[in-house]
Amino acid sequence: MTISAKPHAIEVNNLVVSNGDVTAVRGVSFTIPHGGRMGLVGESGSGKSMTALALMGLLPMGWNTHGSILHDGVDLVTQSDKALSSRRGRTLSMVFQDPLSSLNPVRRVGDQISSVIRRHTGADRKVAEAQTIELIKQMNLPRPEQLVRAYPHEISGGQRQRIMIAMALACYPQLIIADEPTTALDVTVQKQVLRLLNGAVRDRGSALLMITHDLPIIAAMCDTVAVMYAGRIVEIGPVQEVFRNPRHHYTRGLLDSQPTMDNIALDGSSRLVSIPGMVPPLHSLPTGCAFNPRCPAATDKCREIMPELGSDGVSAACWHPIRLAGEVAAQ
Amino acid sequence: MSAVTSFPADARPLLEVRQLSQVYNLNRQKLFAPRPKLKVLDSIDFSVRPGEAVGLVGESGSGKTTLTRMLTGVERPGDGQVLYDGVDVWTGGEAHRKLFRRSVQVVLQNPRSSLDPRMRVGTSLLEPLRSLKIEGDHGTRVLEVLDQVGLDKNALERFPHEFSGGQLQRIAIARALMPGPKVLIADEPVSALDVSIQAQVLNLLKDLVRDLGLSLVFIAHDLSVVAYTTSKVYVMSSGKIVEVGKPLDLFRTPQAEATQALVGAVLSVEAGLAGNALA
Repeated sequence: MTISAKPHAIEVNNLVVSNGDVTAVRGVSFTIPHGGRMGLVGESGSGKSMTALALMGLLPMGWNTHGSILHDGVDLVTQSDKALSSRRGRTLSMVFQDPLSSLNPVRRVGDQISSVIRRHTGADRKVAEAQTIELIKQMNLPRPEQLVRAYPHEISGGQRQRIMIAMALACYPQLIIADEPTTALDVTVQKQVLRLLNGAVRDRGSALLMITHDLPIIAAMCDTVAVMYAGRIVEIGPVQEVFRNPRHHYTRGLLDSQPTMDNIALDGSSRLVSIPGMVPPLHSLPTGCAFNPRCPAATDKCREIMPELGSDGVSAACWHPIRLAGEVAAQ
Repeated sequence: MSAVTSFPADARPLLEVRQLSQVYNLNRQKLFAPRPKLKVLDSIDFSVRPGEAVGLVGESGSGKTTLTRMLTGVERPGDGQVLYDGVDVWTGGEAHRKLFRRSVQVVLQNPRSSLDPRMRVGTSLLEPLRSLKIEGDHGTRVLEVLDQVGLDKNALERFPHEFSGGQLQRIAIARALMPGPKVLIADEPVSALDVSIQAQVLNLLKDLVRDLGLSLVFIAHDLSVVAYTTSKVYVMSSGKIVEVGKPLDLFRTPQAEATQALVGAVLSVEAGLAGNALA
């Protein structure tokens, strides 16, 4: 395990991603230290996947990035495509949601992993193949010697996702971005894959950026969490604090809308607390705080002025954050 | 609207399958050997009483979808019976078949693919009345149903792409309600939706069961979602029903191996914060 002298695995400052018409990410900043794990939660359209693609330099045609993304001593925003391409898989890598559409269907899975190793380490074929088999063994996959010869369609979804994880981890990257890595998998397989990702990331000392809409996964895997809404981070902090004492009404709403053992157990007529309304489309965001039309605590101020993170002394972008007992507003 | 919250325990099942089995022929493996067979459903007994909400859980490949196809009359069972109101839907005659088709309606997983993108919502909603040849004041019915699912009447003139996932799922539920069904079958109705919207749709389904006295068959892979909506849960595994019970009992003392695997797979925020979610 190598720790570079650089303070952070990644440092994102005021990231803006837009395509001229709409802005999907509107000024996002966060840092992940080496070996740290951050969760990025949000609903579809909140900009969490665009943030990840911007970090990887894989935005679709027509989208561009402003701000800075410091990683391994360089600003990724200013890097050429060629430079970025030599980083992907080496210093930062990504596990995508659906392994069936991100693996090459006409190449054997073993070849796909070993070509990553050969490209970035310059190892010869024999060495790379031996490393591939070793990696597959670490992924708890059965019969690695046969599995390397399989095509993606011949193996199960859980196995495919483990191959993706093996590929992402092959070159000991400083940062791994996992975008909904288990949503396409069966529930009973989900936990195994998460456990494996957890261990593998820990063993390599890599940092992890976990992108999901699933709060329990964040609670299980991460030490900090950033909640995104309409292209901005609305609350950020240690998972234990944010999930136990959320400050933003949106975070509170997300936590309340999870069906759990406790809110079922009350009685058969229990109801989930739901957030009214829906996520606003990016081209017609409300003025002020983007959450104000759905927020129980919204006032005129919220409809006029957009709150920044820490506007009111807490790590939430809210004019009226939820206070703990005995806490007074910092005026 | 009458509130139906309880029903006699010995009420006759409204929709029932008895000893249902289905075998699919797989692709030929050897030139001269017979085609291998796969038993997708194996002697299934399943019933829903009027006003009851029943869950059906299992891993993918356990036969949930095939059972749904049987319950909706899309597929004819190889062996066993599908009964609606005590009469077999395949041999009960034309009139009963017609009644069955009106009374059992389905809501699918992804409303983006189950609603015709080129059809105005209003037309989509009238479609079931037209295809099932139901007479009456369709205009009033549409407004009544829109009100039940909490949508505004200006939705009628719009197209599916103008709506968010949660609204579309409400429209899909509205379409299923149009013929005035007795049984609603919902196949993973919230798994394609955002977290904050899931709760809205789950609450809506729960209200419909209570207010309209509907029977609900709720199919999902997530036990906690099923437990929230239903009062009885069937657990399926490789084509068999392996366990039936109240959701909380299944949660606390799962007996069958498949149930234990499902219960073990539930991740919760609490367990995550306590640091033992992946233990």
